[in-house]
Amino acid sequence: MRAPEGIGPAEGRAAAAARRRRLLDRAWTHGWLVLGVLVFALPIWITLVGSTHDAATIGRGEVPLLPGHHAIGNYATAWAEGGGRFRTTAAAVMLWNSALMALLIAAGKIAISLLSAYAVAFFSFPGRMAFFWMIFLTLMLPVEVRIIPTFQVMVDLALINTMAGLVVPLVASATATLLFRQFFLTIPDEYVEAAKMDGAGPLRFFRDVVVPLSVTNIAALFVILFIYGWNQYLWPLLVVNDSSLETIVVGLSKMIGTGDAQNEWNTIMATAVLAMLPPVAVVVLMQRWFVRGLTETEK
Amino acid sequence: MATLELAGVRKSFGAVPVLHGIDLAVADGEMVVIVGASGCGKSTLLRIVAGLETPTGGRVLIDGRDVTPLEPADRDIAMVFQNYALYPHMSVFDNMAYGLKIRRVPRAEIRRRVQETAELLGISALLDRRPRQLSGGQRQRVAMGRAIVREPRLFLFDEPLSNLDAKLRVQMRAEIRRLQRRLGVTSLFVTHDQTEAMTLGDRLVVMHQGRAAQIATPMEVWARPADTYVAGFIGSPAMNFLEARLAAEGRAAALAAGPVLRFADGARPGPEGRRLVLGVRPEHVRAAAAGEDGIPLAVDLAEPLGSETVLHGRLPGGEAFTARLPGAGAPQAGTVLPLLLPAEALHVFDAETGRRLDPLPA
Repeated sequence: MRAPEGIGPAEGRAAAAARRRRLLDRAWTHGWLVLGVLVFALPIWITLVGSTHDAATIGRGEVPLLPGHHAIGNYATAWAEGGGRFRTTAAAVMLWNSALMALLIAAGKIAISLLSAYAVAFFSFPGRMAFFWMIFLTLMLPVEVRIIPTFQVMVDLALINTMAGLVVPLVASATATLLFRQFFLTIPDEYVEAAKMDGAGPLRFFRDVVVPLSVTNIAALFVILFIYGWNQYLWPLLVVNDSSLETIVVGLSKMIGTGDAQNEWNTIMATAVLAMLPPVAVVVLMQRWFVRGLTETEK
Repeated sequence: MATLELAGVRKSFGAVPVLHGIDLAVADGEMVVIVGASGCGKSTLLRIVAGLETPTGGRVLIDGRDVTPLEPADRDIAMVFQNYALYPHMSVFDNMAYGLKIRRVPRAEIRRRVQETAELLGISALLDRRPRQLSGGQRQRVAMGRAIVREPRLFLFDEPLSNLDAKLRVQMRAEIRRLQRRLGVTSLFVTHDQTEAMTLGDRLVVMHQGRAAQIATPMEVWARPADTYVAGFIGSPAMNFLEARLAAEGRAAALAAGPVLRFADGARPGPEGRRLVLGVRPEHVRAAAAGEDGIPLAVDLAEPLGSETVLHGRLPGGEAFTARLPGAGAPQAGTVLPLLLPAEALHVFDAETGRRLDPLPA
């Protein structure tokens, strides 16, 4: 802002001083914000840079901060052959496995919890609250606690080393059921009654009204659940030992040896970058829906 | 188009009875308004007709057929909800077409019927919009359209005007009445607003504490209220009630305040001194002319409305009393005004039961 005409030099000086103070203030704030961004971005940057050098550079203990010249070779190796001491599964296969697993888990969780929340929220049947609390109680038990019986069940069902074995134990979600139930309770009774008068049966109402109204919630949950599925570590580690079913998160950790041999950090980092891309893509693509789902309540 | 009959419909929620046996016969094409204060059971009654609630006892017959055990969808009824219940994710067209789609009406016919109905209601330009993009009055029309397009045998309205502003309410009220006449569909209309009830209904059902206090035409309800509740509920400002005792061999009432008022239409039954409640509508009261012997009203509030003035005050006995006098030149607060209660405007009720006492046949 320019000082208006007719203002004396004293006022002008005061205005200039105020402007300087404001500028300094802003620089200070921005300084902190940039620092925060750097703290978060640095590990990713190091990984990115690391994936473009040869194995020897990192092996010497250097931490390069500028990209090298081996990017194409490293990514090609990681994608097609896999890396690390044991030449584990190719990243392409692991990415596919992870993507399929995460998709099935997310879709399955959403489908099942939509239906169970629909039952709990809209119908009165004997033991309704008992069922609700039973579902709710499973929230209290993390996968790790029930992992041995779950593993036994998977063995009995001969689902070890199968995609189904990877997905099925993770496919029910008390959290999603709870969230959907809470949302369904906000759907006015009049919609249900209007649908009854219109002659829509329960499944018709579910398909034509409940699901369309839940779209933003579904999208938000999909993002969360996809990343949840993608990041699964313990269960895939246990239930799969066939390398063709290896997921990328487990595969990545297996690449890092614990012995005295050199780790091929370049391919490991290339694989790590590849492993990050799909969740990032999902978040970016679904961001608009995601934010709407978290904030907007459709009236 | 159909007749509707309710036979001894009762409803309790748990141990709490809300309807004590309602009998009602609605003729083909008739519009019956169920009116009452909140909690009187009027909405419950409507929901029982709709099939959204199951009655504890009694039957609902449409065209003579017992529909009590039927699902709402099988009763061929359409309902307009208080908050319209339009599906927010569907366009106006889809909202109106939904019921027809479910009934597997051919697409071309759905299109034709929706367009005809939209034209009838003046919402043809809105068919592609979402409910959220509509004003209150437009939503109201869509909700009506959704009911009309189904061509049901019975319309149910559950306080459909209560979310509109006063001006729009009056406008939509007239529109609903015209539409209902034109379509000739038997209708039940629930409201707590007595003006709505008086203007819309061929007949009224005045509900009070789960009972039908009176079922009659609006004018009958106004002119010959069946009990003190109906008398006080219908009419604005509300009817004045005065304690009195039967006198002069049943031909007059002695007010607690002193004056004795003769009945214009004959003797009431009962012993001398029987306790009565006399009702007088504020608009039937006259200011006493010079020389006439009026009851003095100590005015404590005057409400000039332009064409008339509403006076609130107390009679010598201490009873609150309201008078509605023509013109704006009426007295101010603080004055005392002698009033005449014309004999032909007196309503006589029994003080114990609150029921209307009609004159004995001469």
